[in-house]
Amino acid sequence: MGKTLLGNVLAGVAGSAMLLAVYMVFIYVPTDSAQGIVQRVFYFHVPIAIMTFVAFGVVAVASAMFLWRGTRAWDRLAHSSGEVGMVFCTLVLVTGPIWAKPIWGTWWTWDARLTTTLILWLIYAGYLMMRNVTASGEQGARYAAILGIVGVIDIPIINRSVYWWRTIHPAVLVTREGGSGLSDPRMQATLGVCFAAFFLLFLWLLFVRNENARLQDALEDIRQRVLARG
Amino acid sequence: MLAILRKDLLLELRTKETLTSLLLLGLLTLLILSFAFEPGSEVRVEAAPGALWVAVVFAGVLGLSRSFLAERENECLQGLLLCPLDRGSIYLAKTLANFVFMAAAQIVVLPVFIFFFNLTLTSGFLGVIVTILLGLFGFSTVGTLFAAIAVRTRAREVMLPLLMIPLVVPLFIGGVTVTHKLLVGKGVSEVAPWLNLMLGFDVIFLVVGWLVFEYAVEE
Amino acid sequence: MENLNFLFAAYTAVWVLLFVYILVLSRRNRSLEKDIEELRAMLQRR
Repeated sequence: MGKTLLGNVLAGVAGSAMLLAVYMVFIYVPTDSAQGIVQRVFYFHVPIAIMTFVAFGVVAVASAMFLWRGTRAWDRLAHSSGEVGMVFCTLVLVTGPIWAKPIWGTWWTWDARLTTTLILWLIYAGYLMMRNVTASGEQGARYAAILGIVGVIDIPIINRSVYWWRTIHPAVLVTREGGSGLSDPRMQATLGVCFAAFFLLFLWLLFVRNENARLQDALEDIRQRVLARG
Repeated sequence: MLAILRKDLLLELRTKETLTSLLLLGLLTLLILSFAFEPGSEVRVEAAPGALWVAVVFAGVLGLSRSFLAERENECLQGLLLCPLDRGSIYLAKTLANFVFMAAAQIVVLPVFIFFFNLTLTSGFLGVIVTILLGLFGFSTVGTLFAAIAVRTRAREVMLPLLMIPLVVPLFIGGVTVTHKLLVGKGVSEVAPWLNLMLGFDVIFLVVGWLVFEYAVEE
Repeated sequence: MENLNFLFAAYTAVWVLLFVYILVLSRRNRSLEKDIEELRAMLQRR
């Protein structure tokens, strides 16, 4: 039962890291002088955002491998990363506005990073939906893979264009701290721990979701065998 | 590839289905957008580039969807696939054909746009035309690939816009920004980075589409 | 301690969403495992 062991180890490590992270965010790190207590959202918001893009990277690589090799395992990995990535993406879009409202007085600013994340969310949505609207699962997997690859190539271009667009129209906000301005080493340490915690959380969720996909395929296999037996 | 391109163009010349769809949809979108803004107001002039590109995007998405649907109904694509043809060439031909159709539709839509939004023709307009062509081409590269995919799904009316609109955001933002700048008389140097971006987009996705199209049409 | 509500809302949202997702996944996994066992048993009986 190697799989269960791996799953439990991942869960344990991720859980411990998360506990440490929570402690550091709420107790250890000093309150930011400029933004006050709400600034602590940042310590979760940023790592989650990074993981969203990492997840999509995994989707893209797995998609390419799937198109190239055709093995189900790659498709399962891509699908799992897509779903977990979608969860993380949703969290970014939820925590972002909650952070923005008290700081800048508005729920949504069209700042480059958040806008790109919004577009990424839509691409994720298309990616996941693709698998449900095709005639066969095989087709759905292939089409989704194409979208994954095209999407990952497009994201930097989208980011660049939105960024340029925003610097012409700095209507809402010109400056946005998003990782810079961390003078205190305690803040840096906290951010680092949070990065690690969410990375491990991502790995664990990816593992669990992938197991889910693997079991589903296995179930289908067995079902076919039972039906064949008569 | 040239043969397919010729066939697509000839077919279109006879039926004019796609062309009419693109044309009408473009005009209708412009019309409804005209109603969104007070005639003669400042807002209207400011919004003009946006209105144009919205019309381009929506007409494009719906028109592409239409053209692939018609093909599927006539099983043209099946026939094409039976030929020992390189899938990449089919993609290139279709992309080019779609581009030509969309560009042709713009020949009518653009003047109407100028009338509806009361624009004065400046020298910048040549640049606007170039930008539109860049945008339409990029649109066609992504659109041809995903229309081929979307038309084989159940929710095809929703899938193509859902896929395309996020992906062509750079073209849209670039197009609107450049159109706006050129119409207010800014120089080419100011819009050059945007044009490079759009050109880059076109080239990159033409290559990607060419590489990946075979997976989209496998049965 | 202004804006404590926002901080609370953000973290609650994160935990709730993650928790629900993990719950859903675990439940699905367990039910899948159960189904597979049942079918496997059926195969062995035949």
